[in-house]
Amino acid sequence: MTPSVRLQEMIRVIRSARTQGEERGIIQKECADIRAQFRQGDNGERSHSLAKLLYVHMLGYPAHFGQMECVRLIASPRYSEKRIGYLGAMMLLDEKQDASLLITNSIKNDLSHSSQYVQSLALCTLACMGSAEMCRDLAPEIERLLRASNSYIKKKATLCAVHIIRKVPELAELFTPSARSLLSEKNHGVLHGAVVLITELCEHNPDTLDQFRKAVPELVQIMKGLVTSSYSPEHNVAGISDPFLQVRILRLLRILGHNNDTASDAMNDLLAQVATNTDSSKTAGSAVLYETVLTIMDINSESGLRVLAVNILGRFLLNNDRNIRKKNTLFSTYCTLLFLLYAPPSGFYCSRALELSLALVSAVNIRSMMKELLIFLSTCPPELRSQTTSGIFNAAERYSPSKRWHIDTILHVLTTAGGDVRDETVPNLIQLITTASELHCYTVHKLYRALVKDISQQPLVQVACWCIGEYGDLLLKGECEEIEPVQVTEDDVLDALETVLQSHMSSPATRGFALTATMKLSTRITDNVDRIRSIVSIYGSCIDLELQQRAVEYNALFKKYDHMRAAVLERMPVMDKNSPGHTNGDTSGENKEPDPSKPKPVEAGLLSEPASQVCDLLDLLGGTDTPLQPNPAPTSTPTTTSSADLLDLLGGLEPTPVLTETMRVYEKNGLSLEIQCDKQTETEVMVTLIGSNSTQNDITNFNLQAAVPKSVQLQMKAPSGNVIPAHGLGQVTQTVVLNNPNKVSLKIRIRVSYSNQGAMHQDTVQIDSFPSPACQPSISPL
Amino acid sequence: REREREREREREFIMIFTFSCNLKMQFMLLFSRQGKLRLQKWYVPLSDKEKKKITRELVQTVLARKPKMCSFLEWRDLKIVYKRYASLYFCCAIEDQDNELITLEIIHRYVELLDKYFGSVCELDIIFNFEKAYFILDEFLLGGEAQETSKKNVLKAIEQADLLQEVSNHILWQCSKNLSDLLGNHIATPQ
Repeated sequence: MTPSVRLQEMIRVIRSARTQGEERGIIQKECADIRAQFRQGDNGERSHSLAKLLYVHMLGYPAHFGQMECVRLIASPRYSEKRIGYLGAMMLLDEKQDASLLITNSIKNDLSHSSQYVQSLALCTLACMGSAEMCRDLAPEIERLLRASNSYIKKKATLCAVHIIRKVPELAELFTPSARSLLSEKNHGVLHGAVVLITELCEHNPDTLDQFRKAVPELVQIMKGLVTSSYSPEHNVAGISDPFLQVRILRLLRILGHNNDTASDAMNDLLAQVATNTDSSKTAGSAVLYETVLTIMDINSESGLRVLAVNILGRFLLNNDRNIRKKNTLFSTYCTLLFLLYAPPSGFYCSRALELSLALVSAVNIRSMMKELLIFLSTCPPELRSQTTSGIFNAAERYSPSKRWHIDTILHVLTTAGGDVRDETVPNLIQLITTASELHCYTVHKLYRALVKDISQQPLVQVACWCIGEYGDLLLKGECEEIEPVQVTEDDVLDALETVLQSHMSSPATRGFALTATMKLSTRITDNVDRIRSIVSIYGSCIDLELQQRAVEYNALFKKYDHMRAAVLERMPVMDKNSPGHTNGDTSGENKEPDPSKPKPVEAGLLSEPASQVCDLLDLLGGTDTPLQPNPAPTSTPTTTSSADLLDLLGGLEPTPVLTETMRVYEKNGLSLEIQCDKQTETEVMVTLIGSNSTQNDITNFNLQAAVPKSVQLQMKAPSGNVIPAHGLGQVTQTVVLNNPNKVSLKIRIRVSYSNQGAMHQDTVQIDSFPSPACQPSISPL
Repeated sequence: REREREREREREFIMIFTFSCNLKMQFMLLFSRQGKLRLQKWYVPLSDKEKKKITRELVQTVLARKPKMCSFLEWRDLKIVYKRYASLYFCCAIEDQDNELITLEIIHRYVELLDKYFGSVCELDIIFNFEKAYFILDEFLLGGEAQETSKKNVLKAIEQADLLQEVSNHILWQCSKNLSDLLGNHIATPQ
């Protein structure tokens, strides 16, 4: 009989297998050994054998033959064997298998074992994999433990009860009496379990929920204690005292306060306190705040509290941490739409909701969001209309799924709130229309119909006139794919334009548009040119100077320059988008050539303000890398960097090839700086600077500046933070991308500045050689 | 009153997210960047075959995520919360819509516990001492819920349990006496 190999030895051997086949062979041999061990009965080796089997199972190999061994080991009096036996049961057995019933008796016995660690094993296993039958069997035991045991066991029994209720809802009654009294426990573990239990009870039975409403003051007290307590190192996570418990309590309060004024009133103050005092810079705080907002929304809270909630949501959206943003985007979308549609018609509340909605718009939800925004536009308070329309236009400009949708949206806005749009809407829309050449027919038809219905909305009328002037021929043709055909005669069109010209509602600018449009039609229609001529001549004596001037010019075009008329009035070329503020307003109606020398879309001007944060939202939708701003601010927190260090990388044992080496370039006063090089392309190198701190105190205001030789281009990315925790607990990293097109010898000078124990330090280090051949300018292979 | 009317209108929309406050964790997986499973804890009854299928698909999905993407994703009808620590992915599946943020904290707490226990934990520790990783998890979470919110208490309990295990390994004779009583006067007998 070959001597059995210890667990870790076996793991080593398995990992050293070079092929799948080799591994299988090793595993087969081991399993044979294990089986033999099991057959031998008790020889002190059983637990090791089971452990080995569990490892094999995790690799994906069958391990059914170990199930009975688990049952046997659980029944053993030895703790070490029980421990691995229960673990095995949780891994190899589940309630669907008959063997699981066999352990019920053992669990029952172990629940009353004199050692709390044995009791703990039983409780853990029951809560993890207890079937409905086992739960029924053991519920009385659990209930007993809930009432009378030490806190170590009580907290576990409580969660066990939760599992039982989930499996066998009828048993909820059994635990209800003892649940309430658990709230007076001081132990956080028990409290947490108690809150989870009560939550579960309330969800199962509305009567129970009524009962537990009486516990609201108690819960509020506990919560207050957590929020206002002084620093408790045992429960503190990033400045929040026991966020796990806080979140659970908030959730329970939500259920209890829902649809109930008394309960909601009792928790109003607390929610306001939590909302204002919780620091949301780290995940723990955000989790609590988030839960708070959910609760505020779901209970009958005062409007002041709701405003607070909306504010918090707004802060979340502007938060740099993408997890917090993403988490809230979906939820917030619903939330703010809700506010939007049902907000009381009072300024602040409404406008905040509007801002949020606009910030939430993205390519993913543009269609649904726009629907809601348009509804909002028709009912919103007048002081917000202008803001809404520009928000809608911006959103449409950035995210419209199609040109037609875009045009439709703008038209909708113009018909609903035409009086409240900004001045440049008209030229912008016109420019948009010119670019959508396939939609000219559709557009002019739509606009004509809108014009005929209503000529009071000036921007709409202006655009309509312009389009009719430009594309009148398409209008008259009558056919259009995307719209029901309506026969439009030349007289109809000229009637419409004349109505605009004569109406007292039309502004002088609008009249200008109409007149020019009428003139343009003279080359696009065939029968009624005389009518046009007469219209134009009438306005030659108009009181309005602008109109008079135009009419006179057009008259001249008819008389002296008739040979040029066709050329002058022909279809305009597509206009390039100019920067906002360019005064296209007056000139778009005339025959001036658009300025082609203006550069292509000055997107930066449009994108930089107001939504540099909205830029970041784009990141969530699938990795479009937005270029970093020139002055990066530190983003994630030192906590996150320290956690990355909790698991060290192993060299050599993992099959991944080592691509980068780290080189220490600076070490002084406890601060050390290392660099890592990564060759990106032939000329581009990414250098990561890593700062570590081995002193007793945190290093703050840590800042790096870099200088490179003239021909090399440098781009510094945002550092991960500017605080380096003491004792090497965390690092700050900063990436620098160097572009070396001339392939000169790479040198970099780094100036490091920081504060330590109140004193400012500054130092410079020059790096002339870089760690890995990847950074060398030469291209010769290694 | 106006407040009531206001609330009436809002109630319709609130139904979207009324409580399924059931923050039940269905399972937790730890796997390497090559997709090798290092720990699997299941809190729902599934057959081996189903577990393997879920694991395979989820691991693929998570490994395909780019580093800049956020830690939450929707997968089948579950919410997946994951985070990578050095070469290991920690991945939890929760049922509920809300508050993945606290789940991230749970993951982080577990990593801290491992780190304290093993002393600067790395993937190899978890490979060669997988049963200990399970024991620690079982002292922190019970039935998918946090049972102890104090780091200190979890580590203390593990320490005690480990001690008990060591002692019981030294006791050769079988009896059903109170094991912790024997701690005071046990005799370490060579094997």
